[in-house]
Amino acid sequence: MSNNQKAISSGNSVKGFLSKVVHNQLFIPIAALLLLVVFNAFADILLHSDTSFFKIVLEPSSTGNMVLSGNLITIIDNASELALLAIGMTLVTSASGGQDISVGATIAIAGSTILRIVKGYSSDISDGKFAGVIICAFLLAIVVSALFGAFNGALVAYFKIQPMVATLILFTAGRSIAAWINNNDNISINDSRFGYFGNFIPGIPVPTPVFITVICLIVIALVLKFTNLRLYSQAVGINASSSRLNGINPKTIKLLSFIILGICVAVCGFIKVSRTSSITYAVIANNIEMDAILAVALGGNNLGGGKFNMTASVLGAYVIQFLTTTLFRMKVSSSAISAYKAIVVILLIIMSSPFIRKWLADMKNKRLAAKAEARVGKENA
Amino acid sequence: MTESVVLEMRGICKYFPGVRALENVDFTLREGEIHALMGENGAGKSTLIKVLTGVYPKDGGEIKLAGQPVHIKSPQDAQNEGIATVYQEITLCPNLTVAENMYIGRTRGAFTNWKRMNADADSILEELGIPARAKDQLGNCSIAVQQMVAIARAVDMDCKVLILDEPTSSLDEQEVQKLFKLMRDLKEKGVGIIFVTHFLEQVYEVCDRITVLRDGALVGEYIIEDLPRVQLVSKMLGKDFDDMAEIKSDSDAEKVDYNGTPVYQAINLTGTTGIKPFNFEIHKGEVNGFTGLLGSGRSESVRAIFGADRVAGGKVMINGEKVKINKPLDAMKHGISYLPEDRKNDGIVGDLSVRDNIILALQVMKGFFRPFTKAQAEAFADEYIELLNIKTASADTPIKSLSGGNQQKVILARWLLADPVYLILDEPTRGIDVGTKVEIQKLVLKLAAEGKSVTFISSEIDEMIRTCSRLVVMRDGKVVGELKGDDLNQNKIMATIAGGES
Amino acid sequence: MKKLVKMLVSSAVIGAMAFGMCACTQTTPTAAPTAAPTDGTTAATEAPTDAPAADGLIKVGIINNDPNESGYRTANDRDMKATFTEENGYEASFFYSLKNEDQIAAAQKFIQDEVDYLLISAAGTSGWDGVLEQAQKAGIKVILFDRTIDADPSLYEASIVSDMAKEGQQAVDWLASQNLSEYKIVHIQGVMGSSAQIGRSGALDDKVAAEANWSIVTQQTAEWSEETAQQIVQAVIDSGETFNVIYAENDNMAKGAVAALDKANISHGVGKDVIVIGFDCNTWALEELLAGNWNYDGQCNPFQASYIDNIIKNGVTEKVVIMEEKGFDATTITADDVANYGI
Repeated sequence: MSNNQKAISSGNSVKGFLSKVVHNQLFIPIAALLLLVVFNAFADILLHSDTSFFKIVLEPSSTGNMVLSGNLITIIDNASELALLAIGMTLVTSASGGQDISVGATIAIAGSTILRIVKGYSSDISDGKFAGVIICAFLLAIVVSALFGAFNGALVAYFKIQPMVATLILFTAGRSIAAWINNNDNISINDSRFGYFGNFIPGIPVPTPVFITVICLIVIALVLKFTNLRLYSQAVGINASSSRLNGINPKTIKLLSFIILGICVAVCGFIKVSRTSSITYAVIANNIEMDAILAVALGGNNLGGGKFNMTASVLGAYVIQFLTTTLFRMKVSSSAISAYKAIVVILLIIMSSPFIRKWLADMKNKRLAAKAEARVGKENA
Repeated sequence: MTESVVLEMRGICKYFPGVRALENVDFTLREGEIHALMGENGAGKSTLIKVLTGVYPKDGGEIKLAGQPVHIKSPQDAQNEGIATVYQEITLCPNLTVAENMYIGRTRGAFTNWKRMNADADSILEELGIPARAKDQLGNCSIAVQQMVAIARAVDMDCKVLILDEPTSSLDEQEVQKLFKLMRDLKEKGVGIIFVTHFLEQVYEVCDRITVLRDGALVGEYIIEDLPRVQLVSKMLGKDFDDMAEIKSDSDAEKVDYNGTPVYQAINLTGTTGIKPFNFEIHKGEVNGFTGLLGSGRSESVRAIFGADRVAGGKVMINGEKVKINKPLDAMKHGISYLPEDRKNDGIVGDLSVRDNIILALQVMKGFFRPFTKAQAEAFADEYIELLNIKTASADTPIKSLSGGNQQKVILARWLLADPVYLILDEPTRGIDVGTKVEIQKLVLKLAAEGKSVTFISSEIDEMIRTCSRLVVMRDGKVVGELKGDDLNQNKIMATIAGGES
Repeated sequence: MKKLVKMLVSSAVIGAMAFGMCACTQTTPTAAPTAAPTDGTTAATEAPTDAPAADGLIKVGIINNDPNESGYRTANDRDMKATFTEENGYEASFFYSLKNEDQIAAAQKFIQDEVDYLLISAAGTSGWDGVLEQAQKAGIKVILFDRTIDADPSLYEASIVSDMAKEGQQAVDWLASQNLSEYKIVHIQGVMGSSAQIGRSGALDDKVAAEANWSIVTQQTAEWSEETAQQIVQAVIDSGETFNVIYAENDNMAKGAVAALDKANISHGVGKDVIVIGFDCNTWALEELLAGNWNYDGQCNPFQASYIDNIIKNGVTEKVVIMEEKGFDATTITADDVANYGI
């Protein structure tokens, strides 16, 4: 054993460090982020010879708050929903070996549920009472989307339906359900306080969605640290039969992962409807499920389930939003924007594919072999 | 001499993440010889075979066939170069016929003469004495016959090098003899045969030469007459071999108090997997065994004890108290551990690290909301890696990159860590090397001496006789006998299994 | 109280749905008393179709798109339901689907039921010839509304449609009438290739190409989504570029754009820094106009029912009826307009 280790760690330490970095799962998303930063900076210098991209300013908003604004703030703000979904999607992917494609539709349901409650109150109620209404609406949304998550999870865990097929049901029906919850009305909340959660709370210069996301990330980090969620869902995703014989109930774990995703969805729905104080059932969070799945994949996680890296998934979400905003900035024409996005995504996915990773590993092994040969040659001489 | 060399491998290197699988290994195969490739699990036998057959790309070294350097990039290349392989696990298609399996992938032209193919297949099968017809569906044949078909396929392919990777592990004695006859016939024809096996007797019966590997490196190549058995074993282990006789039951079955309350007792226990209700009990410090042919219900019985499958009825008592065991966690909480028969599908969690695999069961018992700290897990893993001498690059290595025997030790570590009062080991020694087998048997006896109860199941009756003080014999899902004391001998066991009720 | 009851009912149905598992397709909200038909293929037969029209009622079969598709469609459906009532002398059956084949199948069923009129808002433009010929043979008159199809005009009586290009032209003309010294426009488009996008983009593109002081700051599709529109405008603001017009091809996207302006403290509306233009005349959007926060909203008239009613009762005057569509200016809009034209 000691021999083996010697053979492998005998490279010089800088090289060793580099290869460790390259093989780390966080490498691809971080490299992608850096690449986008560099690209934007260069584009700025070339196009308008300044670096407005990195500019962050503290300015008053229309409500008179001093708020931070700038590209980076916008990206971090807008990526909030995707980052939240990446958390849940990573767990679902790990435990069930599949993805939930109904999250966009369930966001519509959660958002609609919240508006259903909030619209009933006039905007002149006191702050305290308003907070009560918001909390009730939010909790109800969590319950509702956790139930829908449980519905998906039950189909997957107990009826052994492929996750993508199981969630296809809500993918199809979800937006209709959302519309039905509010009688298909066009709702617009006039109370400016409702917009705090998708924009800014007076007196705080950082966008509220960023706060919400940070809180959720802390919560999930604590959950992963103080429970066995990581071990259990990985074990179930890798080998359900073996996990069962070790006393884990794979069905419960799969169900749990879908419920957690449901809760993430509720938070997303809340942010989404608060951003514009309204909802359009047909297009709210349109195609966000694909971006969420992409975030998991960009994080280098195996979409077939098993081991996962939560940080990498969340970073993947920020990469995707960064890319979207960059394309808006570059004023790519409307009809070509999807194509550009697809090209970049394909490149990233290929870079993080097992094939390329294996190829890198093979290269390393070849070097080791050459070294071993040289050593033997020396000994013989 | 050199003109008779058919295969020459020089300086072969192969690395896996964190593991040196092969380094500078040489191997030479001559025309018309049977060459045993020996070594413990993890020594690099399988890796060497897989490099030769193009399953793994080699990281260094060269391969020459009949003196010509060759580049084998895929199993197809190997086949085209005249290297045929029969693996331990059947790699044929169970839903095709025997003949189709024999000819798949090597028919020429767009048209196949099925009639001719079936006739050819039948004549080969007959010649080799294989009890199967060309038109039989392969999946309906016994595992042994499937194995023979795989060999027949290889033989018919006119190979120069035939690799037999543990071909005998699922064959009975008669079938083994048939295979050996076949191997000798092929040898006469000038085929070079590489024979990988764990059975020392078979090596000495049929082989001409032995190459020994250890820890991914070459130990040496020997002519069979020059290497007595004991020396072979010591070369494989890299130390002087404790004679197997040493573990012979000086463990004292007499000390077990058969009149006391059993640690575990089942009355009319029934599962849903086709076993009849059975009674069973085990006492403190006792090692018992379940035996019977494959499919007799021995594994299903212990699975029922552990609650691995749905329990249909019956009463279970632990230390005289009635308990309910409906799922594995119930059994675990009552101090029962179960090492399953199918290591790959039921035992290991492949992508998880050795450490996570070791702590898994204890962690589950401790509870979802009470994870071990990293330091605790680290300590547990290190303790058992050392205790069981598990060969792994580190505790972080994924378990799937370990050799079979070391994987088994990890699973064993998992259940020892759970500190059971009653440990069920279903085929813990299957497909692992002789050194580890002995270690495991010794460990079982040591555990019993410490007061634990163990159920030990093995296909090798020798092992059972050596370790168990009482044997439950099963046939067709039913307990048909219980043997202990002087009845524990090969003949009596065979007779009971076979059903000679005399 | 009533609200609470409905809320409980909806929660109960959602719960039932969550635990009903495999029965999910049966428990879609159509089962609930308050539900509008939602599933794309559900036929909601709201009047008995087998009763003979001997009681003097005109039997009409109405084939429409799913009312959940958009606010426009919801308004359209409500308008149809409000017009084709027994009081007005009609016996109406409704069918909703976003799928062309389903709609054609429903048309065949209505022909078998021997309706007098077939009113169709087609999901797709092709494949209708056969069924329309059947209708003609059976003496059933066909009126198309909202959408046209690729079929011989002799197969239908009339079609009542919106002219999206005209809607765009009206808005652009209004914008030109503001006489700004320079027009720097943020153009937010709908789903590329949709008829509304093509019509509303066309007029603006032509004008920008023709006038030297009109320029496009950015032209992006937000695919009718307010969040995407918000992101697009935010990206423009963050890049430090100035603009004085937001031309959003529907109200929702205009709303998203305005949210981005608010965040950056850029004033908008009547007499402010940025002119905001939206389309579709949602009630809430017209209220924004009334409050002076937006400047202009172009109508996409969903109220074809009265035109159809007129044709059925008074006969065909024109083969293609282009509906009158208004554009509202924030400086002239009245509360009555909001009530009458808001959808």
